[in-house]
Amino acid sequence: MIKGGGWRAAGLLLCGGVLAVAVLLSLSVGNQLFGAHDVYLALADFSGSDNDRVIRYLRVPRTVAGLLVGVALGLAGALMQGVTRNPLADPGILGVNAGAAVAVVGAIGVLGVTSLTAYVWFAMGGALVATVVVYLVGAIGRGGATPVKLALAGAAISALLGSVTSAITLTDLSTLNEFRFWVVGSLSMASGPVVTQAAPLVAVGILLALVLGRSLNQLALGDELAQSLGTRVLLVRVAAGLAVVVLAGTATAIAGPIGFVGLAVPHVARSLVGADYRWILPWSMVLAPALLLLADVVGRVVVRPAELQVGIITALIGAPLFIALVRRRRTAEL
Amino acid sequence: MRTVRVGPVSTRVDVASLVGSSVAWALTLVVGAVSLTVGDYRIPLPVVLDTLAGHGTLILNDIIVNNRLPRVLVGIGVGTAFAVSGAIFQRLARNPLVSPDLIGVNAGAALAAVLMITVFGSGWIPAGALAGSLLSAIAVYVLAYRGGVSGYRLVLVGIGVTAIISSATAYLLTLADIYAAKSASQWLAGSLAGRTWSHAWVIGGALVVLLPAALASARQLRLLELGDDLARTLAGRVELSRALLIAIGVALAAMATAVAGPVAFVALVAPQLARRLVRERVAGLLAAGALGALLVVASDLVAREIFAPTALPVGVITAFLGAPYLLVLMARANRIGRGG
Repeated sequence: MIKGGGWRAAGLLLCGGVLAVAVLLSLSVGNQLFGAHDVYLALADFSGSDNDRVIRYLRVPRTVAGLLVGVALGLAGALMQGVTRNPLADPGILGVNAGAAVAVVGAIGVLGVTSLTAYVWFAMGGALVATVVVYLVGAIGRGGATPVKLALAGAAISALLGSVTSAITLTDLSTLNEFRFWVVGSLSMASGPVVTQAAPLVAVGILLALVLGRSLNQLALGDELAQSLGTRVLLVRVAAGLAVVVLAGTATAIAGPIGFVGLAVPHVARSLVGADYRWILPWSMVLAPALLLLADVVGRVVVRPAELQVGIITALIGAPLFIALVRRRRTAEL
Repeated sequence: MRTVRVGPVSTRVDVASLVGSSVAWALTLVVGAVSLTVGDYRIPLPVVLDTLAGHGTLILNDIIVNNRLPRVLVGIGVGTAFAVSGAIFQRLARNPLVSPDLIGVNAGAALAAVLMITVFGSGWIPAGALAGSLLSAIAVYVLAYRGGVSGYRLVLVGIGVTAIISSATAYLLTLADIYAAKSASQWLAGSLAGRTWSHAWVIGGALVVLLPAALASARQLRLLELGDDLARTLAGRVELSRALLIAIGVALAAMATAVAGPVAFVALVAPQLARRLVRERVAGLLAAGALGALLVVASDLVAREIFAPTALPVGVITAFLGAPYLLVLMARANRIGRGG
């Protein structure tokens, strides 16, 4: 574990370096390989050549989308794990992404909404409803919202919402055709307008999340102790819930439901910097987009000329980690 | 429980369970008969019964015997198979949430079947589904094993394995052409549409083999429910009978999935309903099977009648009914403090 504020800040800078490499790779690797010089020229001195167009109109939006989605999912996962004191929390596992997904599919398939500006609100609405229902069901009874209860409630909600989604997609071939590419979780549909519309929402979520770090530390001590330390527990919960809804909803609207990034990254951050959320949140915010972009780059390369969607790669990386976490917990807790 | 004696032979009969399952089977037959009357052409019930007795015209015979009857029979068979499988799993784990749809068995069957639909051709679906569900069941069991298997760890590992499997399924769907993707996702929702006599024979054959085996092992099931230590004292060879029961449960769920797709929540809900209905601590397998059959056939009737002409797959209806039930079940378990 890295101790001391200076070292942690230096480590954060190092993570930033990794992220920069990931961004560069995401800009240059794909069906066509570009050197760093090509990338620089396309950005600084746009000549309108095919290479410049590919970089500027395909790779740049895709990379920015990866950054936004990664930041959003990493922070959302860290917030959920902090607020619920639950190591298994993740927007995918707890059904938040499924809620956003079903709302988007409903907006596309039933209401005929096509622009991101419109359906990002649907995504957030769906995420909100799913979050509230999962939390209420999971929090009933002795011990409050335990990991097992929340994960099960999330699985039940996901199953229910999945059948609503299939009811919509099965009745309409063109909705199904869009949906099947979107539901795996992919950055390839991102375009310039999409990311410029989503960026402010993610920014709001980031602000809200980073402000909450100190309160999450106190919440980790238990509700009573946090209260006696002067934390307004309910306010913190609601604020964190809002941030999760904004972040996970926007991420799902951009790239579809991507699981396990929000689960894995905060765990990695926690094992590196310890239990202090004032550090976990910024580390997650930098590591998550790095992971997502690297996963996306890997997905572009492994089955060339076809593409393995980023959501599949993150599931392949993240689900084994989830299983390992489940195995590691003492039986009494599970 | 009553003891019945006929001369020198005596047997113990569970009266409540017997009455409960008889009522459910009778209701299933009624609903099945009603579903034979509806469709593009409405045929009155007396005519349907007349045709079934062999007095119908050629066209009536074709519509009812060749088209509608197999669908109903497949529904009955699939419902029974899922429910019995669910009852076995839930009783083995002593946990209502450990059902083949939650621990990844159905997901494995679904992945294999979609692979068959999109790559190899649909003739291989039953074999593929069997292999897929066995593999995923083994994977979940091995990954959840840590000096014993706890029910909740099984479920959570199942959720993780399901996540991997379903992302692979989703990937296959993006590779397929749109019509194959459509038929695969129709199949993934769990559907009885277009099922023929060959489907009915597959699930019927599976039930003929597996159902007696399940009923014969029901005694072991009662022992295993007492806990491993007590069961070992009373019967020995606990692991063997457990492995046998798991194999039967997996095979039932796999064959049902092969025929109709992963019809959601039947395996979870039917045994629980049966338990409440016969007011027993544990439900008999036959009572669970009867309610499973009723649930699927009735849901299919609802899907065809109420949502006509869109013809929703039956799995959408069972999920709509089953998921809220699961939430209620969890809320209740949580309230009395058993929720983990």
